[in-house]
Amino acid sequence: MTLTSMLKATTAATLVFAASAAFADSHASHPDTGEALATEQTFTYRVGDESPSYDPGVAEDVDGSAVVRDLFEGLMNQDAEGNLVPGVATGYEVSEDGKTYTFTLRDNAKWSNGDPVVAGDFVYAWKRAAAPELASPYAWFFELMSIENAAAVVAGDMEPSELGVSAPDDLTLVVSLSQPLPYFPQMVTHATTFPVHKATVDAFGTDWTTPENMVSNGAYVMSEFVPQEKLVRTRNEMYWDNENTIIETVTKLVITDENIALTRYLAGELDQTDVPAGQFPRLSAERPDEAISVPSACSYYYTINMTDTTNPALLDVNVRQALAMAIDRDVIVEAVLAGGQKPAYTFTHWATAGFETPDTPMASMTQDERNAKAVELMTAAGFGADNPLDVSLIFNTSEAHRSVAIAVSQMWKQTLGVETELGNQEWQTFLETRGNQDYEIARGAWCADYNEASTFLDLMQSDSGYNDAKYSSPRVDELMAEAKTSENPQAAYTEVEQIIAEDMPIIPVYHYAEVNMQSADLGGWPFTNFEQNWYSKDLYKIAE
Amino acid sequence: MLSFIARRLAVAIPTLLILVVLSFVLMYAAPGGPFNSERPLPPAVLANIEAKYGLDQPFWKQIANYVVGVVTQFDFGPSFQYKDRSVNDIIAQGFPVTLTYGAWSFVVAAVVGISLGAAAAIKQNSWLDYMAVGFTIGAQVLPNFVMAPILVLIFTLWLGWLPGGGWNGGQWENLILPVIALSTSYMASIARITRSSMLEVLNTNFIRTAQAKGLSPSRVIFRHALKPAMLPVLSYLGPTFVFMITGSVVIDIFFSTGGIGRFFVDSAFNRDYSVIMGITILVGSMTILFNLLVDVLYAWIDPKIRY
Repeated sequence: MTLTSMLKATTAATLVFAASAAFADSHASHPDTGEALATEQTFTYRVGDESPSYDPGVAEDVDGSAVVRDLFEGLMNQDAEGNLVPGVATGYEVSEDGKTYTFTLRDNAKWSNGDPVVAGDFVYAWKRAAAPELASPYAWFFELMSIENAAAVVAGDMEPSELGVSAPDDLTLVVSLSQPLPYFPQMVTHATTFPVHKATVDAFGTDWTTPENMVSNGAYVMSEFVPQEKLVRTRNEMYWDNENTIIETVTKLVITDENIALTRYLAGELDQTDVPAGQFPRLSAERPDEAISVPSACSYYYTINMTDTTNPALLDVNVRQALAMAIDRDVIVEAVLAGGQKPAYTFTHWATAGFETPDTPMASMTQDERNAKAVELMTAAGFGADNPLDVSLIFNTSEAHRSVAIAVSQMWKQTLGVETELGNQEWQTFLETRGNQDYEIARGAWCADYNEASTFLDLMQSDSGYNDAKYSSPRVDELMAEAKTSENPQAAYTEVEQIIAEDMPIIPVYHYAEVNMQSADLGGWPFTNFEQNWYSKDLYKIAE
Repeated sequence: MLSFIARRLAVAIPTLLILVVLSFVLMYAAPGGPFNSERPLPPAVLANIEAKYGLDQPFWKQIANYVVGVVTQFDFGPSFQYKDRSVNDIIAQGFPVTLTYGAWSFVVAAVVGISLGAAAAIKQNSWLDYMAVGFTIGAQVLPNFVMAPILVLIFTLWLGWLPGGGWNGGQWENLILPVIALSTSYMASIARITRSSMLEVLNTNFIRTAQAKGLSPSRVIFRHALKPAMLPVLSYLGPTFVFMITGSVVIDIFFSTGGIGRFFVDSAFNRDYSVIMGITILVGSMTILFNLLVDVLYAWIDPKIRY
């Protein structure tokens, strides 16, 4: 080694040492919990498929939204419990009539190129996302938020400039609603409402979301993106709260096969991955600190076609009741899925905020009682051993759906003598069959758009586009309309659930759980956030 | 020969056109559409999207616009699924990946397969022959979707030598497992075809003549036997090469390589019409091109063949 190269090496070593010392200085331990932090702060996780878009206005899926929440910051964020905490806005005020929200923006929020984040950026982003030109699949979200003129803007009947949002000055954003909406503030944590940088969008068009072009205002910037392989984000030095960000690099890997992903997790390549169905008991016995099951905001159900294209027997409420009762949900969640899911006797997920699961007759019986009752109902409907009911049950192609369907058809067979014809269909075909009421019984699932019971129960309204049973109850419609503006809608929700339990247009089967393997040294994961809205800026790696 | 090539190329254009029209019709005949989802979009939103992608136009006009775009500007249109990307972007990113691991797999399969098959034929009924036959049978019954997870289990989890997936711009570490998984069963087929073809050639009169002349065994094999023995192998290699470089969905799914095979299959499930069409045309053109190439090589190897 020559003197100069030695000098270089020593200098480099000193620099590295100084840098890590500086790092250790700022983040030797977590500022809140005091846990010692690891020197390498990276987070690598698995998703099953590439997301359609990372443009906040266009993003539509759960995994894509998680990336957008890191890259961009909206008015408000959620904390680990799902409560609202300030984002770009420091807070908001509501007018007397509940129809005007005024957000105050912080003055130190910056885009990754150094420009300040101003109220006009939100106004631009919202109008852009609602406008027909962008054709965002989430444009309807502004209607859901009850923003004034949203429906007309989306339909192209009004100019985007008519949308009920304005910026009287750089730090004030005023939103006008067409009706009071008690949970409106919850909705500004959704990616569709995040700001975008107009100059960048104008300059690059649809290419503005590539790592080279993107200007963003979140805690991270996109540093590398290879579709169907990986997306890497690194901390945004311009972020107003950058000094409290601990994780340096977040990597999302697309790994389609769950079992390969699990192998790679076990080999230490990943910090987090999903647990394939049925493997949770084994993994939680082997690695109790890492196998984690938490409630996740979706409900699994069978929907019954109630139009005249159906099996006429299914129009008899006794038959629907009998089929619902004869499903032993404990067997499904404990033996078939085995991942901490919960049996469902209501449509609304049990863990939904502010929702108290109402008592339904079926929920309080034992399975033996349910079976006995089911046989009684079936006999009353005129079916029995010598005259068995034949039904068909369709589901979209998936191992888990098949297992559940087989178990259910066996239960129907054993308890009621029902002959079930199972049919699996490829996803698009399935959607069309179900949407056209070309089925008798079909699998369904619904995931919450926001943490409030109406996100589920809205489906039971006669005019809901997602009501594949074509169920119609004037009382349910009335109650749901009432609940929209009510300060305390629980009574309405209880009654709706009771009506559904009586009419049984859908048979709730189970409430989902999110089942993951996650490194024991990953801190800050918001397990108690029901919507699983996580922010990389709140995560950290604990020193081993 | 030149007129043969010209004739074949002239036929290729109508072939491709038929392929385009047929795929277009089949695609539209399949139930569902690119913007169907579990949550049906409100009519106003759907109308905006359909207008943006030209799906509100009559069917014949969509086909015509598409063909004109492809022919005049080489523009395959925007992806319906990946909203920030065009089909050209997707092919430009995915095809080089597939080409890289596909070409390597082809080289490995061809070189190892031919050597193994030829060696087994020359040393017929020796331990080498038995081993080669055993290997080829084993490798052919082991499909790559079984092999891929086993390789990851062994080399990533147990030995910790190689990454269990990813591409990283084509680093050699990321290349090894996909190449093994993709090439093994082809290698086995090539070895078997080479072996039986070589055995046949070695028993012909002209080889016996060459041996009788007193030529060295290596000269007999390389100079006289190998070339005619390659003919059946070659007709297998042509389609295999196209198959390998146009994508293996199994490799892309198990090793997260981001190649074109994954996009092709996904686009069919997602009814991402423009991506289906783009990749169909790419694969179709490749198939036509390499079949032509094989025919030309045939004539070069076997002077008896005339076009």
